[in-house]
Amino acid sequence: MKVAPSWYLVLSALLFTIGVAGVLIRRNAIVVFMCVELMLNAVNLSFIAFSKLNGDLNGQVLSFFVMVVAAAEVVVGLGILVAIFRKRSSTSVDDVNLLKG
Amino acid sequence: MPLLPLGGFAVNTLVGRRLARAAGWLATLLLAAAFAITVAALLELLGKDPDSRVAILRGYAWFVSGDLRVAFDLRVDPLSITLALVVTGVGSLIHLYSIGYMAADARRGTYFAWLNLFAAAMLILVLAQNFLVMFLGWEGVGLCSYLLIGFWFSRPEVPAAAKKAFIANRIGDVGFLIGMFLIFATFRSLDFDQVFGRAGSLAGGTATAIALLLFLACTGKSAQIPLYVWLPDAMAGPTPVSALIHAATMVTAGVFLVARTHVLFEASSAAGATVVMIGALTAMLGALIAIGQDDIKRILAYSTVSQLGYMFIAVGLGPIGYAAGIFHLATHALFKAQLFLGAGSVMHGNDDATDVKQFGGLRRLMPLTFVTTMAGWLAIIGFPFTSGFYSKDQILGAAFDHGGVGMAAWAIGVLTAGLTGFYMSRLVFLTFFGEPRWPEGRHPHESPPVMTVPLLVLGLLALIAGFTLSTFTGVGGRVQDFLQPVLGQAPEAATASLSAFWLSVIATGLALVGVGMAWYVYGSGRVYWLAPRARFAAGWRVLTGKFYVDELYELFTVRLGRALVGFLAGPVDVGVIDGAVNGLAGAVSSAAGRGRRLQTGLVRTYAVGVLGGAVLLLAFLVLRTSS
Repeated sequence: MKVAPSWYLVLSALLFTIGVAGVLIRRNAIVVFMCVELMLNAVNLSFIAFSKLNGDLNGQVLSFFVMVVAAAEVVVGLGILVAIFRKRSSTSVDDVNLLKG
Repeated sequence: MPLLPLGGFAVNTLVGRRLARAAGWLATLLLAAAFAITVAALLELLGKDPDSRVAILRGYAWFVSGDLRVAFDLRVDPLSITLALVVTGVGSLIHLYSIGYMAADARRGTYFAWLNLFAAAMLILVLAQNFLVMFLGWEGVGLCSYLLIGFWFSRPEVPAAAKKAFIANRIGDVGFLIGMFLIFATFRSLDFDQVFGRAGSLAGGTATAIALLLFLACTGKSAQIPLYVWLPDAMAGPTPVSALIHAATMVTAGVFLVARTHVLFEASSAAGATVVMIGALTAMLGALIAIGQDDIKRILAYSTVSQLGYMFIAVGLGPIGYAAGIFHLATHALFKAQLFLGAGSVMHGNDDATDVKQFGGLRRLMPLTFVTTMAGWLAIIGFPFTSGFYSKDQILGAAFDHGGVGMAAWAIGVLTAGLTGFYMSRLVFLTFFGEPRWPEGRHPHESPPVMTVPLLVLGLLALIAGFTLSTFTGVGGRVQDFLQPVLGQAPEAATASLSAFWLSVIATGLALVGVGMAWYVYGSGRVYWLAPRARFAAGWRVLTGKFYVDELYELFTVRLGRALVGFLAGPVDVGVIDGAVNGLAGAVSSAAGRGRRLQTGLVRTYAVGVLGGAVLLLAFLVLRTSS
């Protein structure tokens, strides 16, 4: 059975959806971050798939960018997370509700 | 000419308190100097040809706006000179009198300052060349009457009286203002010469409106129906003030206004008839109420109301009566000021008592006051050959000759002459004749010369002014001829002068009947003088209660006003206005409360928002590119 490139797009969409669902549903901050990474990787996959489909190298180059940015973002995000939860000793995102009106 | 008393006002206001005694003399001298100037102007005017006896002084341009150019123009012509003579002459005498009357008062400086200001304002009024300057003087005298009536403001009834005077005046002033607006709208000018020159082209309706509005102002200032109610209460002020303002000058401003603007009144017969009827009714009403008063100043106040009614009858009749009205204005100034100053002298000698019931037999103790007051009395009842006789009979003769509404006015006027005889004689008999009735411890005495000299002068003038200045029928009299260029010639009476003789016999006869009745009740001692009060108790109460007009006015104005204010302050202000504002605030607040729930503070909610927004954007882009 030949794996057509369009299947990769479906996989990417699926992964993205799971990531979104995770961000919205899970309460643990670290799990939310992991879901964000999941979304980013899903997008990377779709970039590669399109690049292969269109014969255009731009997609692969862009995916490098995305990986770099994801790494930087993780650093910053985990730094914030550690700072916040050092104070509170709770990892639930629901507890960061000081802006509640 | 007005500058002199104006200067006096300024000086006295600033340094009056320190000058004390000198303040009075300064004020009097300034006004006497103004009188001298007036006499000089009169002589100059007499030197001119009768048809060109006008001198207009174009003054400083007050304001220029579009078509309207208003300047401080002054006009010297026979009419204004006559009034100016009255104002400065009688005014000077009253100033002199005031020096004695107010000798004990600590605020004399202020008093004389205001007295001078009043004279200045009145002079501006009579010398004005356009309506706006006249209105300036009009308002000025209204202000000064408020200040001077309210001079002894620590007495309980005084501030209310002053306010009443000013408010009644103000209501009339509304008429003046609206009349002025109409005049400007019609003639595009406020200058007398321009307005009167074009008055022939005036439509009847507009003319009536203007004339009636100006007459409303006159009813306020000159105490006619319906706005006369302030004059009796104004007696709360010092007596010289009453003499000056209410006898000689301010109240006559209304008559002067009608005479000055007579062209406008001639353009509308309805307005003229209204003036005549209101004058006649006021004359009668004033006389009736005067009968029932016990306060000597109030009797004189209502007498003023009544005599002013006569003047308005005269000027409302048209060219027949103008000169007679102005002449009566002058004679009335003389004898009424005399009577008021005499009353003041009586009061001064009786510890400021004003109740006639407490006088009696004063003729031996206050001889000069007695003699001069008798002179004034003879003049006001129209005793033959006194000044009042000439002027009053001219008015009645003019009314009779005019026909129509004039006949009714004549009948009312003649009856009122009888009533005048009655109440004035009552005043005189109760005060000067009969048995002494004052309480223990009072020592009535004559007044100092500074007060009696003006009394003598005025008394003398009251007797001879008519004889020397006018004739029996008014035709060919010096006063009439003098005023003719301004007021027009009276048409030759249809009836010969013999009829005028019989008319005056009727009027004088009725007056003497009134005197006789008063003598019988009050002077001769044959009847107990308080008896009429008991026998006609109900009627007497109506008269004493001034026909309850004041109460009626209070019902309509004060009570109604309070109810209206209560309604507006309650349901309207609190309910509607505050409700709108508060309701708006409440609505905003509840909307904000509902909007606040968006701010959950939960990160996941915001993530949902981001997701939703991204989906929408994507959908939009897809749909746009696909279409």
